[in-house]
Amino acid sequence: MLRRLLALVAALAPLIAATPARAFSLSEIAPGVFAHQGETSLMTRENAGDIANLGAIVGDEAVAVIDTGGSLVEGRAFLAALREKTRKPIRYVINTHAHPDHTFGNGAFVETGATFVGHKNLPRALAARGPHYLSAFRAQMGDALDGVTIVPPTLTVDQTLTLDLGHREIVLQAWRTAHSECDLTILDPKSGVLFSGDLLFLQHVPVVDGSLLGFLDVAERLAAIKATQVVAGHGPLPAPWPKALEDQRAYLMRLTADLRAAIKKGEGVAAAAKTAGTEEREKWRLFDDYNARNATAGFAELEWEGP
Amino acid sequence: MNTAARSAAGALFALFATAALAQTAPDPWPELVVDIFHSRPIAAADGVIALDAPARAEDAAIVPMTMRFADPSQIKVATLVIDQNPMPMAAAFTLGDKSGVGFIETRVRVNSYSNVHAVAETGDGKLRADAKFVKASGGCSAPAVKDQDEAVANIGKMRYREFKSADPAKREAQIMIRHPNASGMQMDPVSRAYLPAHFIDSVEVFQGETPIFKMEGGISLSEDPTFRFTYAPNGAKTIRVEAHDNKGGVYKGEWPIGEAS
Repeated sequence: MLRRLLALVAALAPLIAATPARAFSLSEIAPGVFAHQGETSLMTRENAGDIANLGAIVGDEAVAVIDTGGSLVEGRAFLAALREKTRKPIRYVINTHAHPDHTFGNGAFVETGATFVGHKNLPRALAARGPHYLSAFRAQMGDALDGVTIVPPTLTVDQTLTLDLGHREIVLQAWRTAHSECDLTILDPKSGVLFSGDLLFLQHVPVVDGSLLGFLDVAERLAAIKATQVVAGHGPLPAPWPKALEDQRAYLMRLTADLRAAIKKGEGVAAAAKTAGTEEREKWRLFDDYNARNATAGFAELEWEGP
Repeated sequence: MNTAARSAAGALFALFATAALAQTAPDPWPELVVDIFHSRPIAAADGVIALDAPARAEDAAIVPMTMRFADPSQIKVATLVIDQNPMPMAAAFTLGDKSGVGFIETRVRVNSYSNVHAVAETGDGKLRADAKFVKASGGCSAPAVKDQDEAVANIGKMRYREFKSADPAKREAQIMIRHPNASGMQMDPVSRAYLPAHFIDSVEVFQGETPIFKMEGGISLSEDPTFRFTYAPNGAKTIRVEAHDNKGGVYKGEWPIGEAS
């Protein structure tokens, strides 16, 4: 019995052993500004949750990391790739919002001693959603989820916060509920690069998990930010600013107009979710994964419009 | 067992535990029949009740469900159960005599892959059920409140809508109530305290003084609970709503009924 058990374990050892480091691309898009492009996909076991764009800004003294990826495996690969670029201490790990593809890698950075930073609503959002995310993504990602923990921020941003990395001050700005209820942007004035988090989607259909009208409003106000390039939450990087906002604005406006018309006609939410926004289908990837969801949540929000 | 064997067994156990988690949870329905329906026999729907549910929960927090009744005069109570939710009994609607309710549409949270049951109790005291399987939403969709500050700031606001009906003996209306309908239970990582549950537990809807339905429910209903339904008008001039939540909140609304359309 013992021998058979040991033989079985030996056979399974390659599966049980630590997953080899993932190939991880990290490019310098401006002096001292690094970014990684996630694949435009849902989180799976195969991609280890590597679907969101991540970044890092390096000052004279220290580094700020922006989002950590969709698994501990990806977070570790990011940390290893970053360590090849710079040995400066990682002083801050900033999460642009609570979603798993941006926060599940946090655990990889705990041992760096960095301070975790987020929107004032981020701790609450992680508390309310974290346990569900862990169980839902276990089903979707299997053992690629191993070791993932929910790491909330200890430094939170009410409105704006400036962090000094050594002759490099970056500006964090918290927004009203838009893509989610805890969206934070990071501007590096020195390079003119804006990290928008999921307040901007490129190619990947925008996802509304907060407020459709809030998303439209915040996207308008984002345009005033003095940046030259943007790293979106998803899609090609870097992209020209503020031109990169145009496709997303068109989608959100189409969806809003279709939903308002459906509500006015007295349609139900289920019927409206099937048709609203579908004119935009060809322009986006993952459209069928998210559009009906956006339409459903948007319908429930817009029903309360008016007197 | 020596140490090597023990750690080997441990590794195996960890592997199998992971595999087991990925599989579908056991069917909770037999136990729910005991808990909610006191083990009474439940027959097939046989056209008495029908459930419309989406094949996939697009947004886990807002999943539309419609219970339809072939002959409203037969139905005493219609209960909606989300089998795999932490609190499966989403809502039980007790229909008023002669209310003529042809359907009730509401929105629920669906946490994971789940059967949803719509169970009718008919005038003869028998139970009949229709069921649909709903796939869980993908992506980062959670059965959570979208904007907790907004939800609390607007609590208790109500809205009433009427819809055009071709049949003068039927009217269609919708009642909407602002409420976070929050499940509580989650740990706040800063305060280390459990967030308290705060949800609508009853809604009564009247035409004049005559009940159309009374809903008793819990945290499986979506935030901003919403009910769209048809009913047989009795000539009353107003629709009146009284809702209660689990913290003693009472929310009332009354609206004039429009001209027959």
